[in-house]
Amino acid sequence: MTANNILMILNIGFFLSLMGLVFLWVPTDAVLGISQRIFYYHVPLAWVGFLAFSIVFVCSCAYLAKRSKTANILAYSAAETGILFISLALLTGVIWSKAVWGVWWTWAPQQTTTLILWLIYVAYMMIRAYGPSGIQGSKYAAVLGIIGFFDVPIVYMAGKWWRDIHPEAVIGPLAEDGSLESSMRVTLLLGVVAFTLLFGYLLRIRYTQHHHQELILELGRDYE
Amino acid sequence: MTRFFGVILAILWKDFLVECRSKEIVIPILILGLQIIVIFNFAIRPNPSLIQILAPGMLWVSFSFAGILGLGRIFEMEREQGTMEGLILTPISKDTIYIGKLLSVFFFMTFVEIFLLPTFCLLFNLPLFEPRLWLVCLLGTFGFCTVGTTFSAMAINTKAKELTLPILFFPIVVPVIIAASEATGAILSDNITFGFAQWLLLLLAFDLMFLVLCAMTFKFIINE
Repeated sequence: MTANNILMILNIGFFLSLMGLVFLWVPTDAVLGISQRIFYYHVPLAWVGFLAFSIVFVCSCAYLAKRSKTANILAYSAAETGILFISLALLTGVIWSKAVWGVWWTWAPQQTTTLILWLIYVAYMMIRAYGPSGIQGSKYAAVLGIIGFFDVPIVYMAGKWWRDIHPEAVIGPLAEDGSLESSMRVTLLLGVVAFTLLFGYLLRIRYTQHHHQELILELGRDYE
Repeated sequence: MTRFFGVILAILWKDFLVECRSKEIVIPILILGLQIIVIFNFAIRPNPSLIQILAPGMLWVSFSFAGILGLGRIFEMEREQGTMEGLILTPISKDTIYIGKLLSVFFFMTFVEIFLLPTFCLLFNLPLFEPRLWLVCLLGTFGFCTVGTTFSAMAINTKAKELTLPILFFPIVVPVIIAASEATGAILSDNITFGFAQWLLLLLAFDLMFLVLCAMTFKFIINE
């Protein structure tokens, strides 16, 4: 059995357990009601998105320092996979916001930061697609990966202070994670593990594809 | 140290002379900036009570969207004339080229703002001789130029470069735009709790952070 198959089976197991816990076991939130159950998907999705961006940052630094091909391909694959998770985090956030606060978008610091992160990912993908091929294009992407990573916390800070001056600022359940019940905490933790595993699985597939693509291109160059 | 400043002044003087002869940066930015301000007036028809709330946003949208034209041209001119190679081949460090180019674009943008800001204040009946407003404009423009110079150098080697630059640039520069427009808002209105001094300090911190980050990564962007 290959590592990919093991990861896939683990993923299926974790996601079935997560669904069981979310819909059958965990109690309904007293304040937010049934809509709070999206929390167990939304938070892990956002976590994985931020994790992916951290991988992009570390691999970008490694690429610029050592010109490591592995780091370059891993950064590209993590960005591609990360954009998927961040998009889903935004989508679940919008649905939840409408259900709880009656508006699709509140411009809360978390939402603003996630949206900017998504836009930086899009820009990253664009530089990979439209940038020069070869080493130069990879260097451009690495620089964007580094500057973008430092940008995310300051967008959060600026967004937080910006919201603070507006009275309609919403304090979401994310800010109150200390008050979570133990069953909720267990479910959330399982969600984080399940989505991180899924991310690992997708990242591995994408990395292998990019690696093979590079090998084929190299073979083509050797043949010429 | 004297040589460092001498080289920077030489780059600045070269760009100034090229601009005096070609007039490709300052005049188009100025005209576009004016057009954006006029279109804003028709699009939102602001009355005196609305203008205090809307003016900071309008001002910084005008500066950002007009400024992106200038940023796009600063390296594009070098590429068109084939002088980029000459600049890279000179025995100076890439950081020095970055600082020189940054100051050139900052100089052009500031020159445009000397005309654009009073026009904006006159058209919308805002305080014309407010030194704090000029200070915010200078700091905001500097932050804008630090990021813009880096991404402008990157964009000239991409496909669809006119489109690539704003897509790369705007998500990264969001904190500077938030801080600059909030500081402007704090000057125009006295009802803001998170006041002018805090936003100004924040703007200064963002400027310094972007300056260090962009100067450090610029050497990877310039073609060797």
